[in-house]
Amino acid sequence: MTIMTGLSQLDVLEAESIHVMREVAAEFERPGLLFSGGKDSIVMLHLAQKAFWPARIPFPLVHVDTGHNFDEVLAFRDRRVAEIGARLVVAKVQDDIDAGRVREVPGGLRNPLQTTTLLRAIEEGRYDAVFGGARRDEEKARAKERFFSFRDAFGQWDPKNQRPELWNLYNGKHAPGEHIRVFPLSNWTELDVWRYIAREGIAVPEIYYAHDREVFERDGMLLGVTEHSMPREGETVTTRVVRYRTVGDASCTGAVASPARTPDEVVDEVAATRVTERGATRADDRASEAAMEDRKKAGYF
Amino acid sequence: MSDLLRFATAGSVDDGKSTLIGRLLYDSKSVFTDQLESVERTSADRGDDYTNLALLTDGLRAEREQGITIDVAYRYFSTPVRSFIVADTPGHVQYTRNMVTGASTADLALVLVDARKGVLEQTRRHAALSALLRVPHLVLAVNKMDLVGYDDAVFDDVVTQFAAVAEELRSRFGSLPEVTAIPMAALPGDNVVHASENMRWYDGPALLEHLEQVSVERDHGEQRPARFPVQYVIRPMSTERPDYRGYAGTMASGTLRVGDEVVALPSGRRTTVAGIDTFDGPLDAAVARQAVTVRLATELDVSRGDMLVAADAPPATVSTLQATVCWMADAPLRAGSRVLLKHTTRTVKAMVTGLTERLDVASLGSESVEELRLNDIGRVSLRTASPLAVDVYADDRTTGAFILLDEATGNTLGAGMVDAVA
Ligand SMILES: Nc1nc2c(ncn2[C@@H]2O[C@H](COP(=O)(O)OP(=O)(O)O)[C@@H](O)[C@H]2O)c(=O)[nH]1
Repeated sequence: MTIMTGLSQLDVLEAESIHVMREVAAEFERPGLLFSGGKDSIVMLHLAQKAFWPARIPFPLVHVDTGHNFDEVLAFRDRRVAEIGARLVVAKVQDDIDAGRVREVPGGLRNPLQTTTLLRAIEEGRYDAVFGGARRDEEKARAKERFFSFRDAFGQWDPKNQRPELWNLYNGKHAPGEHIRVFPLSNWTELDVWRYIAREGIAVPEIYYAHDREVFERDGMLLGVTEHSMPREGETVTTRVVRYRTVGDASCTGAVASPARTPDEVVDEVAATRVTERGATRADDRASEAAMEDRKKAGYF
Repeated sequence: MSDLLRFATAGSVDDGKSTLIGRLLYDSKSVFTDQLESVERTSADRGDDYTNLALLTDGLRAEREQGITIDVAYRYFSTPVRSFIVADTPGHVQYTRNMVTGASTADLALVLVDARKGVLEQTRRHAALSALLRVPHLVLAVNKMDLVGYDDAVFDDVVTQFAAVAEELRSRFGSLPEVTAIPMAALPGDNVVHASENMRWYDGPALLEHLEQVSVERDHGEQRPARFPVQYVIRPMSTERPDYRGYAGTMASGTLRVGDEVVALPSGRRTTVAGIDTFDGPLDAAVARQAVTVRLATELDVSRGDMLVAADAPPATVSTLQATVCWMADAPLRAGSRVLLKHTTRTVKAMVTGLTERLDVASLGSESVEELRLNDIGRVSLRTASPLAVDVYADDRTTGAFILLDEATGNTLGAGMVDAVA
């Protein structure tokens, strides 16, 4: 048994996230937790385990599946879900494409299409609170996001009309059909996430660590050769030691050259890195400075 | 082990707040090159003749287009000793609402003044709101020293002006944040991260050094009597633990030890702490800010919204209270208004029974009013439909705070701080 004196920054962030998750479990009827198998959602799941231990996590996990997955990440997702005995709901972007609810631009990115699928999943699951792993440090529009972010009946975010959030008192009030997006990791940075993964010994998909991969260069990014991302003419494939900083849509998520093979090595690398994870590896976010704001207003993560 | 400091920034328009934050992020190497490139692009597009670091903090398109900051934005940076969360509160529209929000969780308030202008009415407001919200530390950043020839007499003059304000605040609020004044120039970077070569007469720390060193250990109420609002009851009902019943929550203040005698409020029943559980194993004690699960020695009817408190120093359990309320809604607050009140983990119906005065945060005077409008701060009497265990806000920033909600729209209407219980 131990007595803790002086809480570290990670202790404080952890406690804050757990507090937020318990508020949601207590105040909402049907929460759901977005789980993609990416590192932020993995950390969120770990925090949920802590928040409700020794009971099980009292809500299902929801995966919005672009169909453009890294095999390692899907395998990880299924392994993790089985380990903790959680319920996983998968909502497929492909189903919305097949039903004609969204149209896929040939060779285009699927990230923007996810909004329709996400909102459909929320409606079908009748979720009144949806946990997302977004962090305020990721992007400028997110810096103004609340822990409890109100969404109207169309899932839209109104950045200019947000509820003030004071102390640790969160307002979860909403009418039927509306919902609240909840971001327990709001105050975490990418570095905090990795320090926490290292401290807690949390497993993440192996592609977050350095490995040999066949890659080609496009728009200054290293894309892996997969069924969703094939080299075009003039793009040469080489085998390099890389790792992924984010593991979104495989067709547009780039790898970075990196020798970091352990959580501690990743921590050191992230601490010294001078490019944001989105800037480094997400083609979709480069489209325009306001790309994220527009997508968020429409109901994106 | 690095710890965490949360601070809120305040300054009048053009005092250099955005530049200062941009400088802190930039010089502490928390700005990434892609962010910087995007700012450089925007700056060039707008025809600025230098890279406008202030753009680093304008997140929303409307803000960039209008060149103003609308909403509180949160920024993150860290040094090897500490991590920082900055609540960047804009000074234009919704000023009070934004600053009160940012200050509510702040360990420190950073108040900017332009060295050429000295202490203005806005400065008095910022200092008053910091004092009202009981932010423990305040930095008076006397900015743009380059424009006054780095003259120590100018700095001294501003410090003297502020001391007078501080004295007024002390007599009005009974206490004041601990104040540190630093002369700086955010644009060229004097005394922000690096000690200035241009102000050798100043022997105090640069801003970042001060932010790294300021002691916040005693500010989180760890020395106070134990307060544990119950958030959620954990009952696994598993074959492994058929009878487990734990009360999950975050320690609001004080320390709770296994074996401590506690009272469950509002019922008033006594028992002792049988165990403090976490996913990582049992603890002997939990301190303020920790999220834990408490088991009690006897089965009491405890649920969300109840509070476990130190048996020898319980808070008052009341249905009427006086509070200072900051009103954040368009429709005014009047005597007779019905609202929902969320205090710790308990939400109750409440009625405004009286509205006595409005505080003028600039003059620190007050006038009697019939209603509180958007961004007004006033004294309000409230009656709640069921009792609350409250402390006075001056004693406890967690168990003395509440928010008011609109039952019909669900909106957050205002923020309250308990002045007295009766
Ligand atoms: N000379 C000088 N100009 C400054 C300093 N700090 C800020 N400024 C300028 O003052 C103007 C307003 O600064 P800004 O950061 O946008 O102010 P804000 O409205 O408080 O965020 C800009 O033109 C800045 O370049 C300083 O220390 N010295």
